[in-house]
Amino acid sequence: MSIEPVLFYIFSAILVTASALVVVVRNPVFAALFLILAFFTSSAIWLLLEAEFLAIVLVLVYVGAVMVLFLFVVMMLDINLAPLREGFIRYLPVGVVVAVIVLLEMAVVVGPENFGLEQMPAPARHGADYSNTEELGSILYTVYAYPFEIAAVILLVAIVAAISLTMRRRPRVKYQNPAEQVLIRRNDRVRMVKMEAEKKENKEQ
Amino acid sequence: MNFEFPDFAPAVPEIFVLSMACTILIVDTFLSEKNRVITYLLSQATLLGAAVLTVTMHSATPQVTFSGTFISDGLADVLKVFIYLITAVVFLYSREYLVVRKLFKGEFFVLGLFAVLGMMILVSGYNMLTLYLGLELLSLSLYAMVAMHRDSMESSEAAMKYFILGAIASGMLLYGMSLIYGATGSLDIGEISSYIRNSSADDMVLLLGLVFIIVALAFKLGAVPFHMWIPDVYHGAPTAITLFISTAPKIAAFAMVMRLLADGLGGLHVQWQDILVILAALSIAIGNVVAIAQANIKRMLAYSTISHVGFLFLGVLAGTDEGYSAAMFYVLVYALMSLGAFGMVILLSRAGFEADNISDFKGLNERSPWFAFMMLILMFSMAGVPPTVGFYAKLAVLSAVVDVGLVWLAVFGVVFAVIGAFYYLRIIKFMYFEKPEDTAPLVTDFDMRAVISANALVVLALGIFPGSLIALCATVI
Repeated sequence: MSIEPVLFYIFSAILVTASALVVVVRNPVFAALFLILAFFTSSAIWLLLEAEFLAIVLVLVYVGAVMVLFLFVVMMLDINLAPLREGFIRYLPVGVVVAVIVLLEMAVVVGPENFGLEQMPAPARHGADYSNTEELGSILYTVYAYPFEIAAVILLVAIVAAISLTMRRRPRVKYQNPAEQVLIRRNDRVRMVKMEAEKKENKEQ
Repeated sequence: MNFEFPDFAPAVPEIFVLSMACTILIVDTFLSEKNRVITYLLSQATLLGAAVLTVTMHSATPQVTFSGTFISDGLADVLKVFIYLITAVVFLYSREYLVVRKLFKGEFFVLGLFAVLGMMILVSGYNMLTLYLGLELLSLSLYAMVAMHRDSMESSEAAMKYFILGAIASGMLLYGMSLIYGATGSLDIGEISSYIRNSSADDMVLLLGLVFIIVALAFKLGAVPFHMWIPDVYHGAPTAITLFISTAPKIAAFAMVMRLLADGLGGLHVQWQDILVILAALSIAIGNVVAIAQANIKRMLAYSTISHVGFLFLGVLAGTDEGYSAAMFYVLVYALMSLGAFGMVILLSRAGFEADNISDFKGLNERSPWFAFMMLILMFSMAGVPPTVGFYAKLAVLSAVVDVGLVWLAVFGVVFAVIGAFYYLRIIKFMYFEKPEDTAPLVTDFDMRAVISANALVVLALGIFPGSLIALCATVI
């Protein structure tokens, strides 16, 4: 038996466990860390499939950028988890029934009889000089140029939406304006007030 | 590898709308508050320009470009022109409403144009990947628009519900598409269609993929039992945005149903017909019955939308060309009626007052007999009362269903349409036979009054002369 199936099963076991733990653990920081573990192992599985570019991008983009931001957000926001877990027991039976049905359906369909090696023969192995990245690039910017452009527009809309939802002038927020601070003159801030000395009668009273 | 450089000509309207949306985004940042109307005018000019381009670039034969991911055919072009028209009217109706509520920002129009672009991509998608991306572009813009009224709790709640349920639906759609890709080995609608016609129809993988896709479509259109988000989102969103969500995106969603079910999975018609029968029957029943209990007109119109989606499915499930063209006629008519009805809600609203209760329509005849009459036409049309176009729309889908032998379903639809007439007629009763609670005069600009009158009169005119629109729908299917 070659080493590949062994590696595959090890990584798959880690992936499934980590994914389950993302949902189950109580501490959101641990959940985020398990998600990182899940990304790492799935990228290892992609490496076994010879999808090197996707595997590296998954680690670089998701683990390197997205999950780090995610961790920051989780740590910075003080989220009270108790209300989120309310009604968990009440909805559990319905959820379990639906989940089991979906799982059974998938088990019936997505199995070796439909997606086995007879139906989907394993792709031929490529040599060391084969560049996965080049192949992807050559179809991404030609055959899939149109979907690629639409994806870019979706990202633009995400930026516009995020900015329009978060950037607004709120009254009573004390933020600094450096330009104003630099341009300030003494007369704007300090005012000489001349006051009469107080009268004697007041003191005596 | 052999790569054919794509022909950009069929996609010129899309390229134009995208360029203009980006231009408006930049121009808007340099405009001061009082010049914001320039953004509005540029957006309207964009829609007009896109309509001109779509009509001039139209060719009699379907053109497929961008390696088979884009199609420009009669169906796409007709639906696109209607989307421009309806969006232009939505912008016009919304302008004053937004100004009064301090929501008149460039983002509304930019996101609106991006949503239009998403709808255009959706109606022209000939590959499951482009269909999905178009849908996401449309949905993302809509989520942000619903959330735009930041100080309103209801809007934020509606946006959250819309976003989460929309994300679930997108997940369903993607899973269904991946299963179909697994079974057929292609994302191209044409190739999927020919694969299915050449293979045995009881492939389990295909069927499971089909089920997931139908669930996602039902979510997006709001068919029972996937309708829960519709009343909350329609109610919570600012009326101008409810107006947008309830009109043009329905046309795009219809196009998606046509591309996926009729074109791509047409070979599985026997299988999806049964599912759609259940969805349609439940939508018609629950939509019409629950609408009776609503006191808020936006919620009432939301349930009425659900029942209209049921009737739309009646046309689709027939699976014949007559059925598809009846469904197309229905969705176009529905968009016109919904545009008018939500437009009336905006017309009655003013600064600090939302006319979103049914009782706000009390005595409208005393306040403004003309607009009471316009609302009467719209309500009659929604109920399907003869001289209006709503009658022909219902008649067309019902006759399509009868033609394929599902007489019981047609009878069921008629019975619930009669039950549904109750809540439309109740508004008419309020307008004509009750004393007004609110006697403030209607304050709106001339253009809004003119267009909303035109909108209602078109509904009436199409009811008297429905032939041209029916013929148009029949030729492009």
